[in-house]
Amino acid sequence: MFTSNPFAELSAFIPPAVMQTYIVVMIILVAGGTLLDVVHKKSAKYFFNNWRNAESKGTRQVSSGEMASLAIQTAVVEGLTSAEFCNPHRRIAHLLTMYGFLAYVITTAIMVFWYPTPATPTPTILPLLWYIGALMVCIGGYWFWFFIRADVAAEGNSPFRIVRADLFILSLLASVTLGLVWAYLQAKGSSWTNLLLGLYLIATTVLFGSVPWSKFSHMFFKPAAAFQKRVAEANGSRSNLPGPADKPAIFGSARRHPRHY
Amino acid sequence: MPTFVYMTSCDGCGHCVDICPSDIMHIDTTYRRAYNIEPNMCWECYACVKACPQHAIDVRGYADFAPLGHSVRVLREEEKATISWKIKFRDGREKNFVSPIRTTPWGSIKSSADYGAPTADALNSQELAHEPEALKIDALPALTPDQLKLGLV
Repeated sequence: MFTSNPFAELSAFIPPAVMQTYIVVMIILVAGGTLLDVVHKKSAKYFFNNWRNAESKGTRQVSSGEMASLAIQTAVVEGLTSAEFCNPHRRIAHLLTMYGFLAYVITTAIMVFWYPTPATPTPTILPLLWYIGALMVCIGGYWFWFFIRADVAAEGNSPFRIVRADLFILSLLASVTLGLVWAYLQAKGSSWTNLLLGLYLIATTVLFGSVPWSKFSHMFFKPAAAFQKRVAEANGSRSNLPGPADKPAIFGSARRHPRHY
Repeated sequence: MPTFVYMTSCDGCGHCVDICPSDIMHIDTTYRRAYNIEPNMCWECYACVKACPQHAIDVRGYADFAPLGHSVRVLREEEKATISWKIKFRDGREKNFVSPIRTTPWGSIKSSADYGAPTADALNSQELAHEPEALKIDALPALTPDQLKLGLV
């Protein structure tokens, strides 16, 4: 099961062209939804206002070469390793979910576009990565959902209390979980396969179609905010924060013992 | 001056929710970011400002008497055991302060959960939970019965 392409088997019922069109529509929904989000919430306006503000308060000019270096650092540190999270559990859960989602989405697109039927045998690695990616999303996502989420860990709410902020993570988990169950049932030849396929498609459509209302676009906004933070650090404006303490030997651990009690 | 959250900097970790003594820092239901639900009930203790690992919390005056333009920013440096404050006034003046926050390494203080559960005898002891160990002394001075007023013991 883990080495067979579930979409190639599906091509007996749904033509590959339909599956490919569905993926293109999903990509358009994500791009359109993100643009709508940017316009509606004025995120780009806020970003550039902040940028100009930080630039005017900066104590030095950041060269274009330095800017490129900061962009690479942001991509590697905040993007690829999710270094912004201070809670290591949350960071691990995010990395599992992020890389799992990337593996899951990319292999889905490759299998649907390049190996859509059993006539074009799929390299074993692709379905394997699809399953591993989906399982990684499940591990990271359910861990986050039940234990790490601030609503549960800090607010003390039940993990089953659902609010709008949960739309992204819930639709992602539903899509991936239902996808796994559908692929399993299809491999077993179960009569429930079509029902699960329908649910899988609904969850996936909600995931990619709800971008303007969900937190899906954080994957585009957060790196931009992290980059801005690095630039503010480099140009000396430091987001208006105080400078680093320069006399820790006096003010820090070597301080005099208190004598007032 | 009550606190507010820069939503783009907040990562929804919940530290401020945990630490707020007034229980007014909460996670919003749309973006899962922290916000002050009741600024006029803020004690202005700035515990959340100091605790925020993302420097996402700042303070502001009430709009009716303090126009925008001022700010109070905090930088906590655990490795140096310092906390720095940058106070910016409306007329552009700035004041910077650095204070020590502790004498031991960050994270080295045992929490209540790290101590063993007390026995039933502890109820009859004059000492509070984890004393005298938590005070880092061998024993607390205690009066013996003969040092007390006659008839009280």
